[in-house]
Amino acid sequence: MTNAPILKLDHLGVTFPNNPVFSDLNLTIRQGEVWSIIGKNGVGKTTLMRTLLHQLRPTQGKVTYLPSVNDVRIGYVPQFRNIDADYPLTIRDFIGLNLTGWKLPWLSAKERAKVQRIIEQTGLTKLANRPIGQASGGEKQKAYLAQALVEAPNLLILDESTASLDPVTKTELLDLVTELNQRLNLTVLFVTHDIPMAQKYTHQYLMMTPGKVEQGPIAQLTHDKVWEGENV
Amino acid sequence: MFSYEFMRNAFAAGTIIAVICGIMGVFVIARNMSFLTHTLSEIGFSGAAFGVFAGWAPLNGMLLFTVVSSVIVGQLSARSERREAATSAISALFIGMGILFLSLANKNASYATSILFGSVIGISVSDVRQMLWLSLVVLLVVFVLYRFLKFDSFDHTGARVKGLWTNALSITFLVLVALSVSVAAQIVGSLLIFILLTLPAATAKYFAHTVGGMMVLAIALALIGVWSGLTLSYLTNYPVSFFIAAIEAIFYFVALGWQRLQTAE
Ligand SMILES: Nc1ncnc2c1ncn2[C@@H]1O[C@H](COP(=O)(O)OP(=O)(O)OP(=O)(O)O)[C@@H](O)[C@H]1O
Ligand SMILES: [Mg+2]
Repeated sequence: MTNAPILKLDHLGVTFPNNPVFSDLNLTIRQGEVWSIIGKNGVGKTTLMRTLLHQLRPTQGKVTYLPSVNDVRIGYVPQFRNIDADYPLTIRDFIGLNLTGWKLPWLSAKERAKVQRIIEQTGLTKLANRPIGQASGGEKQKAYLAQALVEAPNLLILDESTASLDPVTKTELLDLVTELNQRLNLTVLFVTHDIPMAQKYTHQYLMMTPGKVEQGPIAQLTHDKVWEGENV
Repeated sequence: MFSYEFMRNAFAAGTIIAVICGIMGVFVIARNMSFLTHTLSEIGFSGAAFGVFAGWAPLNGMLLFTVVSSVIVGQLSARSERREAATSAISALFIGMGILFLSLANKNASYATSILFGSVIGISVSDVRQMLWLSLVVLLVVFVLYRFLKFDSFDHTGARVKGLWTNALSITFLVLVALSVSVAAQIVGSLLIFILLTLPAATAKYFAHTVGGMMVLAIALALIGVWSGLTLSYLTNYPVSFFIAAIEAIFYFVALGWQRLQTAE
């Protein structure tokens, strides 16, 4: 359970047609670290996350998952998702979708217990049987997080997942993530615009600005850096 | 009614169709593919016409055309923005070809009518057997791929995040729809097949909140439609597809109204 690196970015760059987003990004992420990824709207945070997930091919450099963790399971809570008011599944069923594999169509008793446990941990017990299409924005966010966590990931990527949560719920969920980080050595990448929260809950920061990327321990993320450079 | 062999065959065929359509329909609705399904049934018409022209069984012509075109559509429109336009173009092409093949085959209009509108009388025991085999293949593939298909259909974003091979899944699913369309067209006709593949599942969506529950309800609604359609058609001599279409549409509108009432409160 030492800090073995699990993810390495070498000279990574993404350029959309006529739109260079970032370039020459070097970063090593170790097991159990909690990173905040900050930067202004449109600077490329989501693009970077999608590159890590191999949803986007980098135009430069490479992303390597290191074999020190023999099985990297990623839980990702994307910034946007299509769930309309008509969406039929209950929150419980929605969470269970993530339990895939070459298995029987129905969930086993063990898998149902797994879903139930995550429902309790994320505070969704009362809502579990409500169609997720009818849930509020924050309730949906909780369900997304629960779905990502149900497969016991060792790398969790949250893209502004707490932006629509009330302060109490936000604290509860962040405490849960912190607990999983401490108990299971879960690695977390947290895209956020919420600097106080980043300072409270994360250990390292990656600050993206057009043309430049800066990283360091969160204690070095000073007020000046963030506000003078208008980097949130 | 069951003393006639053709009625027994029609009921057996109708039952198979209802089960397949109920299950596949749930995914068709979740994947927003009603329009594509409609197109595939038109392509099925063209394939049947080609079969007649080539001297094959219409079902084989249908299978050939729908499977090939579903792969093409899948390739052309992996990105959904392009799907509608690509689908319309392909469908226009195929309907035109269907009309051409029918005229080349020198068959009269009543033959075209029976392909388009379906028929109850023409179904033999061997037809039923072939439908059963095809349906079992579809069901088996769905059974094996179930969890992947369910994730991708109901939460495409989540499935991509998980790294599921969503494009391969999508093409496989289209081929399954093509097979289902060909099977179901035997009785309700290619013009109305999309009704059984979309309406029961669309209705079920308003009442059931698990994928399994939606399937059971969709199958039940399809069975009610097909069985009562066949019975009414036998009693009145009016076309079976009319009754099936009317019954499923009524179910759907009732469900829609019920949903409106619920949300209005
Ligand atoms: N698929 C795409 N094709 C072309 N350009 C894109 C694409 N996706 C994103 N971009 C562009 O890349 C840049 C970075 O976008 P990205 O979504 O990564 O920003 P972000 O940092 O996540 O912003 P926000 O804080 O608003 O979520 C933007 O200029 C955006 O317009
Ligand atoms: Mg973003």
